[in-house]
Amino acid sequence: MDSKTVTAPPASAAKTRQMHPLPLRIMHWTNAVVIVIMIGSGWRIYNDEPLFGFLFFSETFSLGGDPIRSLQLHGNAGYAGAEQWHFFGMWILVLNGLAYLAYGAITGRFRRMLWPIRPTEVIATLRDALRFHLSHQDLTVYNAVQKLLYIGIIAAVFIEVLAGLAIWKPVQFSNLAMLFYSFQGARYVHFFGMVAIVLFLIVHVTLALLVPKTLVAMVTGGPQVEKETKPIMAPVHSAFAANTGE
Amino acid sequence: MKMSIRPPSPSRFRPTKAIDQSVLADNKALLEKIDRRGILRGTLSLGALTFLTGCDITNEGAVQSVLTAVSSWNDGAQALLFSQTHLAPTFTEAEVVNPPRYNGALDVEDIKPVDGKTWKLELAGLIGDKKPWTAQQLATLPEQEVIIRHVCVEGWDYIGQWEGVNFRTFLEKVGADLRAKYVSFRCADDYYGSIDMATALHPQTILATKYAKSTITDPFGYPLRLRTATKLGFKNPKWITAIEVTNEYPGGYWEDRGYNWFSGM
Repeated sequence: MDSKTVTAPPASAAKTRQMHPLPLRIMHWTNAVVIVIMIGSGWRIYNDEPLFGFLFFSETFSLGGDPIRSLQLHGNAGYAGAEQWHFFGMWILVLNGLAYLAYGAITGRFRRMLWPIRPTEVIATLRDALRFHLSHQDLTVYNAVQKLLYIGIIAAVFIEVLAGLAIWKPVQFSNLAMLFYSFQGARYVHFFGMVAIVLFLIVHVTLALLVPKTLVAMVTGGPQVEKETKPIMAPVHSAFAANTGE
Repeated sequence: MKMSIRPPSPSRFRPTKAIDQSVLADNKALLEKIDRRGILRGTLSLGALTFLTGCDITNEGAVQSVLTAVSSWNDGAQALLFSQTHLAPTFTEAEVVNPPRYNGALDVEDIKPVDGKTWKLELAGLIGDKKPWTAQQLATLPEQEVIIRHVCVEGWDYIGQWEGVNFRTFLEKVGADLRAKYVSFRCADDYYGSIDMATALHPQTILATKYAKSTITDPFGYPLRLRTATKLGFKNPKWITAIEVTNEYPGGYWEDRGYNWFSGM
């Protein structure tokens, strides 16, 4: 059941490429920085008009300038600064995200890495995970739960951006805003989108730290994988897995 | 009369009274010491975010100049997104919140009511006929009603019903240069603000004198305030005493404190 490392040496440099090509790594780390900016500034903006009376984000962990100095000089606890950060980060988030979606679609990475997801594989992966039997030998192949999580986070960020647009431009994009029922509806979706992203980040960062070579792979590019000569339907790893054996 | 659907206080986490700033100034050294301790503590807990938190809106460093430049760039991007013919959604009288939620640079108890009998609207800048207007003269102009959503930069909103003179009609009547870039406002409470000419000429931009069919009350801008359907709440000055048409960027009270100038919706 375990997928195994691709041990066969690459036939020639031309036929292999790194698991995480350079453009992907640049987009990943750009996104990592900008998502911290968006969450940090978003928390500060939330504090100005909390959706939930019990929830308030500490100024230490939110972004927008020193609240005491800002109150002293500008009469607000850094909300203007937080909005400057948020409306700066949004451009990078959206442009980087569009580049990532285009890259994944054009190079076939989405189809290769994230597809297909079979319900039986999801169940098997979950069972392995609960027994601590998950294999980390072959980083180049995502298990079914990874695939689900990565598709889920792409969808969550996409919805988060739509809700953000509805909050930013409820008049110019009034049709989009109507999708969220009301202005406050868009705020609730934007909030819970943030919650989904934060939950993903907790899992994602924890697992990356537990299996540090995944972190290294996202910096150095990771193991070599064979290039596809033409698009194929089956996951590319099945051929390797059969050859390498136990 | 229906009550406001939201409590009048902006946020339960915010003090109801503005902070006495002299206390902060008197204890500046102490506050800076606390701040340094806070940064140390933060660095231990979460590195990356704490570095960013150190970037202050008051900091005239490289980071702040980038943020300020992007904010101006966002003004331009929003002007491109703005459509003079796209109307904001309107609502029914049944949805109107009355009285509306109060907010402003002044606490509500600090408002000094404007005397409508002696009040005059001064005109300045690129305007043909700069003769001041009285409330009686304004009342002779045709009335337009808009029932629109008011959205505050803080995040709350309500549906309001406003009546007054269409701003384009008024600007045309006084012979304003409609090709000028900005319309700027001065207010009785020393608040000031400005909008772009395209927004001033939008069909749902009015100089409001009434709310829900009655004369606007003091907290909401008696005798005259701006109501745009396409801009955040703080872009709608209350207690207007002077209007100027100009090509020089006039800024605004909150804009000079870091908020985005265009702030279009």
